[in-house]
Amino acid sequence: MLSMGPTPFVDLATWRFTLSHGPKPIMSWSWPEFETLPRTTWRRDIHCVTKWSKFDTVWEGVMLDDLFSTANIAPPTEYLLAESHDGYDTNLPVAALTGGKAMIATRYDGAPLPAEHGGPARLLVPHLYFWKSAKWVKGLRFTPRNEAGFWELRGYHLYGDPWREQRYTNDP
Amino acid sequence: MSASALPAQPSRWQSATIERIERQTPRVVSVFLSAALPRHEAGQHVDVRLTAPDGYEAQRSYSIASAPEARALELAIERLEDGEVSPYFHEVARAGDTFELRGPIGGHFIWRLADGGPILLVAGGSGVVPLMAITRQRAAVSPETETHLVYSARTWDELIFRDELLDRKRRDPGFALTVTTTRERKREGVDYDRRLDGALIAEILERWRRTPRHAYVCGSNAFVEAATRALVAQGVPPRSVRAERYGGTG
Repeated sequence: MLSMGPTPFVDLATWRFTLSHGPKPIMSWSWPEFETLPRTTWRRDIHCVTKWSKFDTVWEGVMLDDLFSTANIAPPTEYLLAESHDGYDTNLPVAALTGGKAMIATRYDGAPLPAEHGGPARLLVPHLYFWKSAKWVKGLRFTPRNEAGFWELRGYHLYGDPWREQRYTNDP
Repeated sequence: MSASALPAQPSRWQSATIERIERQTPRVVSVFLSAALPRHEAGQHVDVRLTAPDGYEAQRSYSIASAPEARALELAIERLEDGEVSPYFHEVARAGDTFELRGPIGGHFIWRLADGGPILLVAGGSGVVPLMAITRQRAAVSPETETHLVYSARTWDELIFRDELLDRKRRDPGFALTVTTTRERKREGVDYDRRLDGALIAEILERWRRTPRHAYVCGSNAFVEAATRALVAQGVPPRSVRAERYGGTG
């Protein structure tokens, strides 16, 4: 399992979720504001790069499609970095997240997402290896190019498709 | 961090040959092997793949216990009762056998000479394996770097690398070792017989009288959560704590 250090405990009173275009913030939500966004319940299998899978997990949160439409934005670039409170980031093509493929999850199995599992909010991209589902997510930063994130700089694959076993940098 | 400072990319799958197998504990064997891997960094792991005659493949990650300097690559493999890979190394494998390997893997949970110290290593059970590579590498290239290994195991007989660690503790003034056993009373060579919690971490840091520049924590998810939380509560900056968790909880 890929976590780089101690679990951060994020205070909901100061939590914010921010969409940025490069260095420039586009839109930002406090926790109470984020809670008013349209919510979706999602049952999915998840796949860890360490060869472990978990089936039929139940998540609740805000689909990225709903997040972007509520913010009234069209993604300004084709790539983004999902950024976390512990300094971790991971890169994704926007196309891998839209069209019902990803959410910002805040609940797991009917309860608030515990810090250990990435709470209060984590990115959830079940169709990719789970290191792409950034824990403790604090925002999405649109980037002009496909910039390698934390694990991708350290040998993990830029895309991470579990069905093609794209685990390490040079895997086809 | 610049890309040039990052470790080499893992190799493609290739053949590894077992040189010898040594029993470490009732549940752990060390497998020494030769394979043409790029030089590893202390703390990295490899992926092992076994293929059955019917084509069924099983794959697992194992931490490297040997220092990058060592001639043979050493993996310490714990036997898991319902495992698909570890029983092979415990029951079937013999010197001269081959299997598939790729690596080395991992660019974060590593220690290099330029990282310096003091180094605090916190191991739960078989989580000691990558920390052993760091212990050995530091002894080989930088014995002046002060290092403290805090090692929690269930019993005295389940301490992997026990004799080597006790010997290093006696001979190496820059190396401190604190052992705690959680299912057996304290005995000679054992400092504590309780679980590693915040109070115990505080006591150990107080006795060591050093401020770790780097802390490496490896073990089960529950162990790592407790130990990293305790380190942060003791004022160790979260950024200087690197963690590796065994077992899947996502």
